[in-house]
Amino acid sequence: MSDQSDDAAADGGQDETEARAELLDLLCENARYSTEDLARMTGLDTDAVESVIADLESAGVVQGYAAVVDWDRAEDVTDAEHVHALVELNVTLDRETGYEDIADRLAQFPEVQALRLVSGDYDFALEVEEASMSKVSRFISEKVAPVPEITQTVTHYVMDTYKEAGHRFEESGDDDRLSVTP
Amino acid sequence: MSLDEAETDESEGDEQPLVPSQRVQNTPPSGIRRFFELAEEMDDVISLGVGEPDFTAPWNAREAAITSLERGQTSYTANRGMRELRERIAADAERWDLSYDPDEEVIVTAGASEAIDAAFRALVDPGDTVAVAQPCYVSYEPGVRFAGGEVLPVPTRAADEFKLTPEVLDDAGAEAADLLVYCFPNNPTGATMSVEELAPVAEFCKANDIGVLSDEIYADLTYEGDHASIAALPGMRERTVVFNGFSKAYAMTGLRLGYAMGPPGAIEAINRVHQYAMLSAPTTAQYAAIEALESCADEVAEMRRQYDRRRQFVLSRFAEMGVECFEATGAFYVFPEVPDPWEDASTFAEELLEAESVAMVPGDAFGAGGDGHLRASYATGLDDLKEAMHRLERFVEGAA
Repeated sequence: MSDQSDDAAADGGQDETEARAELLDLLCENARYSTEDLARMTGLDTDAVESVIADLESAGVVQGYAAVVDWDRAEDVTDAEHVHALVELNVTLDRETGYEDIADRLAQFPEVQALRLVSGDYDFALEVEEASMSKVSRFISEKVAPVPEITQTVTHYVMDTYKEAGHRFEESGDDDRLSVTP
Repeated sequence: MSLDEAETDESEGDEQPLVPSQRVQNTPPSGIRRFFELAEEMDDVISLGVGEPDFTAPWNAREAAITSLERGQTSYTANRGMRELRERIAADAERWDLSYDPDEEVIVTAGASEAIDAAFRALVDPGDTVAVAQPCYVSYEPGVRFAGGEVLPVPTRAADEFKLTPEVLDDAGAEAADLLVYCFPNNPTGATMSVEELAPVAEFCKANDIGVLSDEIYADLTYEGDHASIAALPGMRERTVVFNGFSKAYAMTGLRLGYAMGPPGAIEAINRVHQYAMLSAPTTAQYAAIEALESCADEVAEMRRQYDRRRQFVLSRFAEMGVECFEATGAFYVFPEVPDPWEDASTFAEELLEAESVAMVPGDAFGAGGDGHLRASYATGLDDLKEAMHRLERFVEGAA
């Protein structure tokens, strides 16, 4: 097993591509896997794992690492308030202003957690996180809506989250299988 | 009979009308059962003793089951199973170079276990000898005995990576057997066999006119190389019944759906047992299975990928803690040796359970060749696997 993996790290080409894909997949699943565990699961050695991840980071493929938090449960353990809103934005473009320009301006706001250009009934999908609904409203009305190219905003407050970043919330996680089976 | 008559009858003698048959009395309870009872007495056990996926059946398959119920599709199906399902099963088997007529050569059963049991009863006459490659799934031996057959254990060896070879068959005297039953990828060892390794086994069976019951329920969980079926080898199709099902690859254990494929005479015989015992496999599960074959290949691939990561993780951890473990290449089990200073698997497993609340199944529960080993299933989330390996390491090092 480890022989194969050493080859995978050393040979380059397809094996290296597979190693990158495998490690990306594992990091998306759980960015806190230790280097040692990643090595055990992939059959690479720890140096190869560190090297591939460093390459992915320096190439800008891996942009960061974040926790997936169920903020409803966090209420029991912290006083932090989190209000999440999804905002639809419509814009009009002119000769001097493109989508990139508007995106560049909006993405600067720390309140903006995600910003995507989308197809369909509106142009941008914006995700905002703030400590209260009034702060979200104020941010949209005072910072986003006044951007000259923005013609319409529709704000949807998130009432409950059932699944986030591939993780299903509210699952018990209990293993109800029989403890020993054939 | 009136109550008075019954009382009279009872007073007339000590005869007990419900005496278990000699076949049942002579079949001991499963070694797994005894260990299950031990594990169940304890709280917070991390179990590596579970022989079923920790995933849930793919949503599309479940949805198809729900829809079938909403549509009121709750009747019996044809004894052999719905034709659409048999067609898809036959088409799916082409991945392994197997070609079967869905009308005459495929039967759908309530789990692969039912198919195997029906095959024993359909193909074994009292006194027939069935060679059973061991260690193996716990139901083969009792199944042969319940059918009135004689079991000939064929222990595979760690030195052969638990593969079946003509030498192993020869040593066990299997040339006199009427049938050979085995399972690759194997429960409990995780061993697989390539087509090159199966070829001499096929020659042995042909030379000695032995029929083969090939349990391939873990075929989709083959991690190195491709799964191979002995039925695809020259001259083997007519003497082999292949068993498979949806429990392992599709995580559909509770839906109880399996199948057998083989020459028309054998399938007809199995169907005769099946039609009297079961009538037909669960209808809801058959709809789920059709959908599983139709649209769930990606989910199967993802589950296989997750198992493979865990397999590599577990093998690495055993190597790090100095516990000898053969490099399993299939199913979701590894089969480590009992580490020093313990002398037998049952003692080790019981002490491990007692001290660290980790359940592993002693290898001798799976028949000859399993002693001195433990079965560890990695059909368990990685967090639990990590913790179980940590506890196991602590336990083994504590005794060093």
